[in-house]
Amino acid sequence: MTARNAHFWTGGARGELCLLRCSACRHWIHPPAPICPACLARDVAPEAVSGRARVATFTVNHQSWIPGFDPPYLVAIVELDEQRGLRLTTNLVKCAIEDVRIDMRVRVVFEERDDVWIPLFEPAE
Amino acid sequence: MKGLEGRAAISGIGQSQVGRRLGRDAMDLTLDACLDAIADAGLDRSDIDGVATYPGGWFGPSGFSGPGIPELQDALRLNLNWYAGGPEAAGQLGSVIEAVAAVACGFAKHVLCFRTVWESTAQGGGGRAGIGTPSGGGSGKGFRASGIMEWTLPYGAASAAVWIAMFAQRHMHEYGTTRAQLAQIALNARHNAALNPKAIYREPMSLDDYFAARMISTPFCLFDCDVPVDGSTAVIVSRTDCARDLLRPPLRVEAVGTALRGRPSWDQFDDLTTMAMRDAGAMLWERTDLRPADVDVAELYDGFSFLAMAWLEALGFCGKGEGGAFVEGGARIALTGELPLNTHGGQLSAGRLHGYGFLHEAAVQLWGDGGARQVHGDPRVAVAAAGGGPLGGCLLLVRD
Repeated sequence: MTARNAHFWTGGARGELCLLRCSACRHWIHPPAPICPACLARDVAPEAVSGRARVATFTVNHQSWIPGFDPPYLVAIVELDEQRGLRLTTNLVKCAIEDVRIDMRVRVVFEERDDVWIPLFEPAE
Repeated sequence: MKGLEGRAAISGIGQSQVGRRLGRDAMDLTLDACLDAIADAGLDRSDIDGVATYPGGWFGPSGFSGPGIPELQDALRLNLNWYAGGPEAAGQLGSVIEAVAAVACGFAKHVLCFRTVWESTAQGGGGRAGIGTPSGGGSGKGFRASGIMEWTLPYGAASAAVWIAMFAQRHMHEYGTTRAQLAQIALNARHNAALNPKAIYREPMSLDDYFAARMISTPFCLFDCDVPVDGSTAVIVSRTDCARDLLRPPLRVEAVGTALRGRPSWDQFDDLTTMAMRDAGAMLWERTDLRPADVDVAELYDGFSFLAMAWLEALGFCGKGEGGAFVEGGARIALTGELPLNTHGGQLSAGRLHGYGFLHEAAVQLWGDGGARQVHGDPRVAVAAAGGGPLGGCLLLVRD
């Protein structure tokens, strides 16, 4: 972790999903960069999003790639409600594999792993 | 031809032994390919005054790359006017395109371009490795990902298989593309591989075999994923006016595509049904008066089956979202079809030579050396394309 990404991986301690946001034009920035890509302002700071999103796409992974990740598991790209194209790659949890659909509504939950809080998403009504 | 790339041509090709777990030294494979290409062009090593490679020496996970330029230069005692190697290029063939630019600018006359992999030996019997995973096994506890992997590894998305599967899934959602359509890319590759003595998987494969294969990451099954191999491929990019008196008719570079106009990312690209290839493909046609209908043979990257389908769309062989319908039934992309595709078996069946295999095969076909897999009708125009995700580069070759 660095000063540039700590907000993302530790915001879960407070139950918050934090992304960088431009202080000038309010554009959300992800992955983190020290400049706003919309207005080029250098004043960017972490801010909490609602944690609400929809599934842009997903895959059911059946292959074992990393120790500790036991297949099958759901990997998804979710698009946050705050801004078009503001996306995260994540895991979908508390969701049966056969129930996943593109465009389904999800919300953030956190899993504490060592000293970081991993943002995951679960189905939302 | 509208740009300067026509000043460059492919004048020779070479390839080492290609196989699973060859256990051979990567430099040894590289020398086989490079010396083969130099001889194929009718050149001497003293004629080579440029070298280009992707992704540079010993870059990435074990087996992902072989020797770098300094080692090759020194081994062959080459006297170079120009050289470039590295991973930040327009895909794997971006290195060849850089050589084209160098030749067109007069920096060099004959550039030796190569790509070496030995992933099969490196991965051993343990199966295909994830990208960016902690080496040496263990629980991975405490391991910290960096770079682009920071945003994917904590989710077990440790392979391009996972990333690209999500593009395929989105394509299916938006356009109704089916697994049976995707299968045609794999079945076509396997059919062609049966006619290629150097291909890895040559036994027949049916649609039933495809559907019976285990899933890797939906919608991809095992047969949607290419097969890691050991091997090295080389091509010589020459100044067209210096290539006319060599052994082979020069394959003029009619146009290239290197554009990346969207975000350079696996998950932030503006359209999740296509990738950098969309921009590279568009640029290629901006630089020539030829049209997709003029292409006689297409060699399109199939690290995963969906990538070849997405390249078909990106290069305008069909409309956006029509890739599934285009390959339906397989007749159109067969050796005898209107657009023969991946005539050597692609990476899916001939082995993951990582981009360069497609350019090599384009040259084989344009020179009429395909043997049992040769496309009929004296092909004169071929496209070779490589890359997925934020990587994408393509070349249009013409035998005048």
